[in-house]
Amino acid sequence: MRPVSLPYALTAELTHRCPLRCPYCSNPVELQKRENELPTDMWLNVLEQASELGVAQIHFTGGEPLLRPDLELLVRRARELDLYVNLITSGVGLTDQRASQLAEAGVDSIQLSVQAASAELADSIAGFPAHELKRQAARRIRAAGLPLHMNVVLHRANLHLLEDIVELCASWGAERLELANAQYYGWALRNIRQLLPRREQLQEAEAAYARAQERFGHRIELLWILPDYYEEFPKPCMGGWGQLSLTVAPDGRVLPCTAASDIRTLSFENVKERELAWIWRDSPSFNAYRGYDWMPEPCRSCERRELDYGGCRCQAFLLTGDARAADPVCVRSPHRGIVADRVHAAAHGDAGLSAYSYRGR
Amino acid sequence: MSSRALSERPRLRSPGRMKYDKARQTELLLLPERVVELNEAAGAILRLCDGQRTIAQMIGELETKYGQSGLENDIVEFLAASAERGWIE
Repeated sequence: MRPVSLPYALTAELTHRCPLRCPYCSNPVELQKRENELPTDMWLNVLEQASELGVAQIHFTGGEPLLRPDLELLVRRARELDLYVNLITSGVGLTDQRASQLAEAGVDSIQLSVQAASAELADSIAGFPAHELKRQAARRIRAAGLPLHMNVVLHRANLHLLEDIVELCASWGAERLELANAQYYGWALRNIRQLLPRREQLQEAEAAYARAQERFGHRIELLWILPDYYEEFPKPCMGGWGQLSLTVAPDGRVLPCTAASDIRTLSFENVKERELAWIWRDSPSFNAYRGYDWMPEPCRSCERRELDYGGCRCQAFLLTGDARAADPVCVRSPHRGIVADRVHAAAHGDAGLSAYSYRGR
Repeated sequence: MSSRALSERPRLRSPGRMKYDKARQTELLLLPERVVELNEAAGAILRLCDGQRTIAQMIGELETKYGQSGLENDIVEFLAASAERGWIE
């Protein structure tokens, strides 16, 4: 087995609480309650351990991280430790005062989410009237002297409006926009019938993306995150299990990726009980899928294994019940039929907005 | 990047930042969603991209630092590649 590398980035999920209820939320279906959240001193300790371990970048996220009144304190400490600080937010709760406090505390970059180009559609997706608050948040982020980065999750209800969304973000002053096709874990998997686009929709969106690059590419950097169900081979998820980054969940559990708590066959260590460095290097959960020895066929003898590491462990578990299986997105997976069936269902179904299974707050 | 550009004063593209990483003993370029591990020469060049120094001054400083001459082509080439990748502006 290769020697264990050092993690570059840590995702700090400060809370699962969120005013928004997006049907593709990346939080687990079982949301942690406020009383289970790590207190400030433990988060400060996590930041110190992370910096010591070689983490260079920290992503404060949630839920909505602005719901934590200690956010500015954590940002300040992260900067003192010379960590690069990203804040990923819905923008709800970002007052003028908080924007300037966060800038002063040393946030390097803020990523603001948006759901659609019109308030009506955006608010129905978010299950909360957030769109106007986001417009104000964008203005406040820029007024605080911070670069505005944005992201949108793309799915059946907004994919055809991609150009409008790019135009909106450009008009709000975004310098960078992630166009992220929904990934089907947790809440999104529950809502897959309402979310998964048809293949033709996706092809039209790719053409719209090319047009948007043409029109806005000079003033806004656009990133297109592939919809893996329509690919032949899986994504090299997380750059390999336990290779580049780690996530600390609100309750202190340490995960190789934000979706990993879905894998019920693994148990994850907690920063309340163990040192972060031990968890990264030595814990059974982080070592479970490192290297190639754990792989069954068809991955074991596949020449692509060093390109994609067999794809995503969480997706393998969610769709096949075996986290070691080849990611079913792969055309070489014996379970490809599961993905193909869903793609087929998307081509023939026409589910409406009203049927979303919204997450709780 | 042509020779005329020697008077330009490149700087790291905001909000990028440099960090010397003790754990890896290497220079890192930190970007919003990415970390780039740099070799020593790349780190030394990007450290000087502060919007104050001209490229000509950077070449002079690096030639003195490494006790070498004739680094101009390599440095100009690296800066052009860095601009292409969006690391500097």
